[in-house]
Amino acid sequence: MKEKPTFLQPILELRDVHFYYGGVHALKGISLALHPGEIVTVIGANGAGKSTTLRLISGLLKPRSGKVIYSGSDITGLEPEKVAALGISHCPEGRQVFGRLTVIQNLLIGAYLQKNRNEIQRELDRVFDIFPVLKERRRQYAGTLSGGEQEMLALGRALMSRPRLLLLDEPSLGLAPMMVEAIFSTIASINKEGTTILLVEQNASMALEVAHRGYVMETGQVLLEGDSVQLLANDGVKRAYLGG
Amino acid sequence: MELRPFIDYFSLRRLIYRFVTWMPLRWMTLAMLLLLTGMLALAQAFLNPYYLSIIEFIGIYIILTVSLNLTNGFTGLFSLGHPGFMAIGAYVATLLTFPVARKPLMLPNLPAWLAHIEIPFLPALITGGIAASIAAVVIGFPVLRLRGHYLALATLGFIIIMSNLITNLRDITRGPLGINGIPAATTIWLVFGWAVITVYVCWRILNSSFGRALLAIREDEVAASVMGIHLTKYKLFAFVTGAFFAGIAGGLWAHLVTAITPRTFWVPMAFNLVVMVVIGGSGSITGAIIGAAVMSVLAELLRPIETTLGLYGLIQLITATILIVILIYRPEGIMGHNELNLAALVKVRSFGVSRSPSAPEDAKEGENRRRT
Repeated sequence: MKEKPTFLQPILELRDVHFYYGGVHALKGISLALHPGEIVTVIGANGAGKSTTLRLISGLLKPRSGKVIYSGSDITGLEPEKVAALGISHCPEGRQVFGRLTVIQNLLIGAYLQKNRNEIQRELDRVFDIFPVLKERRRQYAGTLSGGEQEMLALGRALMSRPRLLLLDEPSLGLAPMMVEAIFSTIASINKEGTTILLVEQNASMALEVAHRGYVMETGQVLLEGDSVQLLANDGVKRAYLGG
Repeated sequence: MELRPFIDYFSLRRLIYRFVTWMPLRWMTLAMLLLLTGMLALAQAFLNPYYLSIIEFIGIYIILTVSLNLTNGFTGLFSLGHPGFMAIGAYVATLLTFPVARKPLMLPNLPAWLAHIEIPFLPALITGGIAASIAAVVIGFPVLRLRGHYLALATLGFIIIMSNLITNLRDITRGPLGINGIPAATTIWLVFGWAVITVYVCWRILNSSFGRALLAIREDEVAASVMGIHLTKYKLFAFVTGAFFAGIAGGLWAHLVTAITPRTFWVPMAFNLVVMVVIGGSGSITGAIIGAAVMSVLAELLRPIETTLGLYGLIQLITATILIVILIYRPEGIMGHNELNLAALVKVRSFGVSRSPSAPEDAKEGENRRRT
């Protein structure tokens, strides 16, 4: 049994967020909350608005209406680099590592906001501890890594800034099942070290297994929310996302 | 039986390799600088003015390509605007160094404050560079919102605007007639001094967290921005720094050729510079230097052939052919994204020394990865 951390104030809160892609009403009033220390997953089919939600949080998109509150302050519509400076690290969909730069350069760019050399070295050691394969390949161009290794690099890069909140967009995308297992157990252990994680996934069963709570999204709306145990037991969720 | 030379080939290579890897970067740089100084001194002592001017042009082209690489190679902003910035640097420096005594003859309608100004070359040069970077700030804000072809076109437009501006500001530029009789103040030392400064500055930028931010922008703007990198700030920085050195190069150019017209800094110049960067390898400082040197030497070698055969345009034809061949067979250019690495150069062909030198500390390694 996973133990639920005790919560005070939410670290991140979305209040009735609306977003339009041109004329398309992509998010129809999303509200969700994350508490410090939690892993919360957002599951749903393609086009439900999961990635859009993450981009709104990290400032890549600006909501039409509604509010994004982080640690009690309003960050709605803040520039992405300012959001990053507040300790929110976004690991974008499809990994997007810097292909023509080496692994180590990728990681150092992740630590861009950190100017202290010793801190950077410490973070680098930590990331290499979590992903020993990155240490082996540190001089290799990121573009030459396998999909799983690129995902590790993307995760490692996101961790280099020592974020308080980690936004993960489909980390299992296009990975072999064994690699998916490895990535998810890493996500769980990152969380145990104190990082709050918002995990967007299509792989609902895996996501609900590591998450404390979950939201089910469909066509721009939150359909269901609850403990992952409850969601896993929910008939609708089972039928729609868990193949049972 | 094979003949055994006195010092066998591989141990000689090994010796060189050892030497090159052992030598600290700082010393190596110093040695290179001394070598360059010696060569330039020899050139100045023994070469006739024609050859000397070719070497000076190579130096100016090095300043231009290395600084253009800052935007085009490292930040991934395909700019063609360098000639425009050169024009600003050239005209500003010229107006400041032109002898007061001859100003009324050449430019009778010059505003009074400009007519009475005459300052030494170096400060004039720097003023030209600063003027070019101010222009870069002004046009950078709107233009840097564009990407890819759109940016290339907008910067091409900038060259044309600059040229038209110069053509029409007759009072201070003498319009299409251009200004001649500019003091021949450019020396080989000044050119290569600035080339070394340009290379050093770009090198330092590239191997800092600042430079990594530029590279990240080139690779993926979205990912870079969520890492906390302020896109506009960095793009503008690269653009403005490049423009400063283009302005310097323009000033040097004007005082080397001693005559400038609006058409000196025109579209073919932009084309030439881009060819040099592409051939050398966009994304590599040494590549830009090699591209500049190879293409200027080639043009000078072909010039007599062009004249004797009466085939004017041969140089452009051959340049274009080389460009196409490079783009087909080695699209990343001679150096690609790598720097010329003496140790690797020796090592590549010698086996038996595959043992890599012990790995330095990791954070440092990222900084020192690009060794000469």
